[in-house]
Amino acid sequence: MGPNGSGKSTLTNAIAGKDSYSIDKGEILYNDKLINDLNPEERAGEGIFVSFQYPISLPGVNNVYFLREAVNSIRKYRNQDKVSSVKFMKKIKSKIKEVDFDESFINRAVNEGFSGGEKKRNEILQLLMIEPEVAILDETDSGLDIDALKTVAQGINSYRNSKRSIILITHYQRILDYLEPDQIHILMDGRIVKKGGLELVDTLEKKGYKWITKDVS
Amino acid sequence: MKTKKEQEQAILSETLNKKYKYGFTTDIDQETLPPGLNEDVIKIISNKKEEPSWLLEWRLKAYRRWKKMKAPKWAELTIPNIDYDSISYFSAPKKKEYKSLDEVDPELIKTYEKLGVPIHEQKMLAGVAVDAVFDSVSIATTFKEDLAKVGVIFCSFSEAVKLYPKLVKKYLGTVVPIADNYFAALNAAVFSDGSFVYIPKGVKCPMELSTYFRINALNTGQFERTLIIADNKSYVSYLEGCTAPMRDENQLHAAVVELVALDEAEIKYSTVQNWYPGDKNGKGGIYNFVTKRGNCIGYKSKISWTQIETGSAITWKYPSCILKGDYSKGEFYSVAVTTNKQQADTGTKMIHLGKNSKSTIISKGISAGNSCQSYRGEVKINKNASNARNYSQCDSILIGNECSAHTFPYIDVQNESSIMEHEATTSNISEEQLFYCNSRGISTEGAISLIVNGFCKQVFKKLPMEFAMEAQKLMELTLEDSVG
Repeated sequence: MGPNGSGKSTLTNAIAGKDSYSIDKGEILYNDKLINDLNPEERAGEGIFVSFQYPISLPGVNNVYFLREAVNSIRKYRNQDKVSSVKFMKKIKSKIKEVDFDESFINRAVNEGFSGGEKKRNEILQLLMIEPEVAILDETDSGLDIDALKTVAQGINSYRNSKRSIILITHYQRILDYLEPDQIHILMDGRIVKKGGLELVDTLEKKGYKWITKDVS
Repeated sequence: MKTKKEQEQAILSETLNKKYKYGFTTDIDQETLPPGLNEDVIKIISNKKEEPSWLLEWRLKAYRRWKKMKAPKWAELTIPNIDYDSISYFSAPKKKEYKSLDEVDPELIKTYEKLGVPIHEQKMLAGVAVDAVFDSVSIATTFKEDLAKVGVIFCSFSEAVKLYPKLVKKYLGTVVPIADNYFAALNAAVFSDGSFVYIPKGVKCPMELSTYFRINALNTGQFERTLIIADNKSYVSYLEGCTAPMRDENQLHAAVVELVALDEAEIKYSTVQNWYPGDKNGKGGIYNFVTKRGNCIGYKSKISWTQIETGSAITWKYPSCILKGDYSKGEFYSVAVTTNKQQADTGTKMIHLGKNSKSTIISKGISAGNSCQSYRGEVKINKNASNARNYSQCDSILIGNECSAHTFPYIDVQNESSIMEHEATTSNISEEQLFYCNSRGISTEGAISLIVNGFCKQVFKKLPMEFAMEAQKLMELTLEDSVG
């Protein structure tokens, strides 16, 4: 968590490997492997997934086709065979229910004509289909109504297990009513300034981020 | 006072005519006329093909008109001056340049392999002498038997002139008259060969007709002339071209295609064109200046043009429809891709004359590299064409910062009860979109392919299935190097 401008999205994009973000100093270590020089596709292949704050649309590109390309590209990186079409369709039909999409989703283009909530749910669907080891969810709760928020939280919860890590970036406490994080880090001016559990969130809600600034100095 | 060239021509034509009289045809087959165009050259061409005098007269009439015309300069194209006297207008069936595929440019072979072209086709396309063993004649023969059973005529234009002169004479030049435009006039004067198709009344042609089955297709190419006639209540789907890049020594390709659809008849004409586009600097590519037009003469007749254009250094063509019959329909679906230094000025004309006539135009342009692409379309609704309807959609995608796309719609509506809809979009493939795909493990090439395929879907859907799959592969290959 952190105030606006603290560097949350910068962190997301740097980890995802966006071209326009160049790293001057420091290392990104993933399972002890240095990934600074890997391009975004390779990072995805390694098992990193990023859910964006403002998911982009791909007009004309069918959702299912896109997901299958993604899954197969990652499998190719890992020297695995392509996924069977039948298995894939079965899986996608069950996962779309988890994020509250109906079958019409299958015929739509990626995020084309999607509401804000639908876009965020689509990001979670991608998470469930791609099954990364590490997922970074950048403000996955912003702009969501209560129902969408619940759906997204449920999706994330269903995904959690001891072999997977999720970094959830958020401003607000609301989603934490449905998700209990193991650790909370607070980012300010590009640095992690506080670590703790849920009690940190209560303090933030009462005192705001200014409390931390005072506390840190 | 004759120039040296003209003297040479005169002597040559005299000699050739003599030889012809004695049936010395084999030697003539090896002959390539020296460059230059005049009435003698045309007479030689016509004689060589054993054409009747009416056709020779038709050619000469066209030539005389052509001499009075000037090459048009209104297109959004930079065309180097073409020296018409340096072109040879009659070539023997193409001499095979290579003995084996090993001698052919390995890049070309790589492309064929990526497109899944079988070896014997690779040889034909690259100009390698085909094994005597491979018998393309037998394939064509079985095919022709099936067609003969239902009375469909599908042969070369030259054969049609000999076997079906009445049909040819009735329709030749009725859709694209000899003086229609500079290149059509030139074509009418010197056309080499092409396809002739006639579908009898009530017959649905049992298979897609493809130029591949005309063995000589690969040897003509320069000034092709095609005529397709669909009689009352008939249907035909015709495929022209192939996805594999075709090289040709002849740089100028000025073909003419005429389609005629009678009452309740339908002609579907699909083209996948990948003529050699020239090297990265635009040198050596083919100029594809084509006049294609369909006449929906009949009541409820329908003609649809579907084209995927990825090749040629310069593409200049407007497959069009004259919607003469009441309730006639014209359709134009096009994807044009230009990269490196290619140029394209392409589009369509829909001329509504009949009542309740309908036209649909869907044009998708993809520009990359330093290329320049223009859509030029005309929708004309005549004063008697009541309740005519047109829907036009022109979309462009620009890849990179160095290319350009233009749209020139011409709309001329003379009837108040008609309805016209026009939509246009221009977009580029944004860094954001590419990054989004990358972050899901998809390479940038794969992403461009996904996005472009999504963009072109509407048009690909109109192609016969095999062609559609080949076209998709072709698009991927074409855009492969335009990334970044």
